[in-house]
Amino acid sequence: MNPTYYLVLAAALFTIGAVGVLVRRNAIVVFMCVELMLNAANLTLVTFARINGSLEGQIIAFFVMIVAAAEVVIGLAIIMAIFRSRRSASIDDVNLLKN
Amino acid sequence: MTILAQANQLLATEATVGEAVVFWLLAPLALFGGLGMVLARNAVHSALLLACTMLSLGVLYMLQEGVFIGFVQIIVYTGAIMMLFLFVIMLVGRDSSDSLVETLRGQRMAAVGLGVGLAILLGAGLARGLGAVQPAGLEAANAGGNVQGIAELLFTRYLFAFEATAALLLVAAVGALILAHVEKSAKDRKTQKDIGRARFAKGSYPGPKAGPGVFATSSSVATPALLPDGTESERSYSSVVPMRQLDPAEAAPKATEGKKGDRR
Repeated sequence: MNPTYYLVLAAALFTIGAVGVLVRRNAIVVFMCVELMLNAANLTLVTFARINGSLEGQIIAFFVMIVAAAEVVIGLAIIMAIFRSRRSASIDDVNLLKN
Repeated sequence: MTILAQANQLLATEATVGEAVVFWLLAPLALFGGLGMVLARNAVHSALLLACTMLSLGVLYMLQEGVFIGFVQIIVYTGAIMMLFLFVIMLVGRDSSDSLVETLRGQRMAAVGLGVGLAILLGAGLARGLGAVQPAGLEAANAGGNVQGIAELLFTRYLFAFEATAALLLVAAVGALILAHVEKSAKDRKTQKDIGRARFAKGSYPGPKAGPGVFATSSSVATPALLPDGTESERSYSSVVPMRQLDPAEAAPKATEGKKGDRR
């Protein structure tokens, strides 16, 4: 099967994630959209590993997953801290530096 | 010899057909999950749809000869990260629904337009640039097993990066602890003495509240409790059920099972 299909699927998923980041207001959903974009990038890495016949793409995808796990832990902790102080999980409410 | 070659070719085409079937089943599922995640109003639905997308992606990794990375995807992403998301949604975002008010005028339409443009650009570019590329395949790299091949690379060429991720995970765990920790000062904490004083302070009734209905002739929640002097106790009024006065027929003693006039 032609591996280009996988890459097109990854491009579509990445686009959905990017549009979600731009459109949604809930900080947690925005964060999930970022995860979707990371997953799409991982799919391209795995597909290119297969196209090039080398396992390095899978290794990099593995590292991306590790970094994503660390990022999720810190990001969710920040969302919790902001929610605790401002009682809101909406990204529009975080405008402390405005004016 | 030719028969063997033909059989090999047949096996190869069958494998391709199987891969195509799985791909065309899972790719729409992944797209549906992604679109649903963006469109769902409820954050919990978003999380579950994203987990569905991630599961399909894990199977797609396995389909592309990345068995290890596929399992890591399922265990780490759907198993750990999505559950963390669900935890935080239950703590924080469950009730904070998205507002439909646009902060910037026309931002949504612009975002969707940009997204469509990006998708066309990326998809067309990839399709034109790669076209019907023949994958080299991972048979040679996976000859000793996929996990063994990855381990060999991970512990030789990428050893330093691997050790660095260990440090990264440690720092992330400590950072999350610091961010999530709430310092409570000693004077904010209520002692047993303070709680006891507050309970018996003026204006606070320490006993249990009178239940509605239980002291009256009816045990309905809608009937207020009666005080010894016959007046209604305001403290027994329910905040959800409207109170009503019983008519004489309702207030009269009711016949229980058994013969009428049997009552003594």
